[in-house]
Amino acid sequence: MDRSRITDLYFAEARSKLIDLAAFLDRIDRSEGADDFRMKSLRSTLTELAKPGPDKAKKILLLLSDQTKEPVAEAGTKSASGAWAGF
Amino acid sequence: MRYIEPHAHMVSRVTDDYAAMVTAGCRAVCEPAFWAGFDRSSAQGFYDYFCQLAEYEPRRAAQFGLPHFSWLCLNPKEAENLALADEVLAMIPSFLDRPNVLGIGEIGLNKNSRNEVAIFEKHVDLAVRHGQMILVHTPHLEDKWKGTRLIVDILKQNRGVDPTRVIIDHVEEHTVDLALDAGFWAGITLYPQSKCTPSRAIDMVEIYGAQRLWLNCACDWGHSEPLAVPKTALEMKRRGHSEAAIDRLIYGNPLQFLSQNPKFRIDKIASEDKRDAAQK
Repeated sequence: MDRSRITDLYFAEARSKLIDLAAFLDRIDRSEGADDFRMKSLRSTLTELAKPGPDKAKKILLLLSDQTKEPVAEAGTKSASGAWAGF
Repeated sequence: MRYIEPHAHMVSRVTDDYAAMVTAGCRAVCEPAFWAGFDRSSAQGFYDYFCQLAEYEPRRAAQFGLPHFSWLCLNPKEAENLALADEVLAMIPSFLDRPNVLGIGEIGLNKNSRNEVAIFEKHVDLAVRHGQMILVHTPHLEDKWKGTRLIVDILKQNRGVDPTRVIIDHVEEHTVDLALDAGFWAGITLYPQSKCTPSRAIDMVEIYGAQRLWLNCACDWGHSEPLAVPKTALEMKRRGHSEAAIDRLIYGNPLQFLSQNPKFRIDKIASEDKRDAAQK
């Protein structure tokens, strides 16, 4: 499929998500307190978007992933936060 | 359009979802054992759940002419209680000869803990000893990449595991190649927020090809969409994929994988369950 067709199909949706992300960052900036590990991780991924080259989704997912290899001693919680606390 | 929903937690869904799925072209639904949203307090709770998956839910689905199959296990979210897990593992073989039980699943990891790894290894060993197929859950979000690598390593270390009879589910862009490169099947789960969107799922199909891939909705009691597979099919059509390519991905591929278990006979089961439902 050519680029103009892909742009026709997905530009409006991507634009909407981009504005939502920008508004979220504005909301965070207006709030009190400091960034936690989730926000630090998320901000670090933003530079990946502007870089040329393939596999942007994969690279961002890896940046948000636990980089360790060994199993943890115990689960502690059942839920996931979306970013690695060790970032 | 016709499709097979290979991963849906229908005990958590309303009856209208069955009607909508069948209306959209669903020809069979498969339900792996899952976490209830709270920890069960005893092995008896699992016994009742397995009876629900093997007896009651197929009758509920049969009211809509929909064949229902299930997979059995203790979910990794409940693996920290090793004594309870061992009790449940000991109970599972007595259910494996039920006509709708396809194998062991969804086993795997959640937070990548030592106990989760131990119980996953025991489930894999159980599946191998009983010649069962395996459906694997991979962890959520930040835990997925690490967990998928641990899971693949454990499966590869067990010489009794045939990768062609194992599906590693919930893959995303950073894990799909880990599953496919090792010879396993890979499942892409379509969720409104976490896991994968329809457009990203189609991207992966275009990049990696459709071989050994299936799509599923994994609808449960959380944010999820029971019609995610047919809606993704419509998105594929919008993007220019042929009817044949779509049919292969959402019907042919799950049919190919699941038919490795001779119990997965769609037409036969549907007629038997319809008869049973009428007699109840």
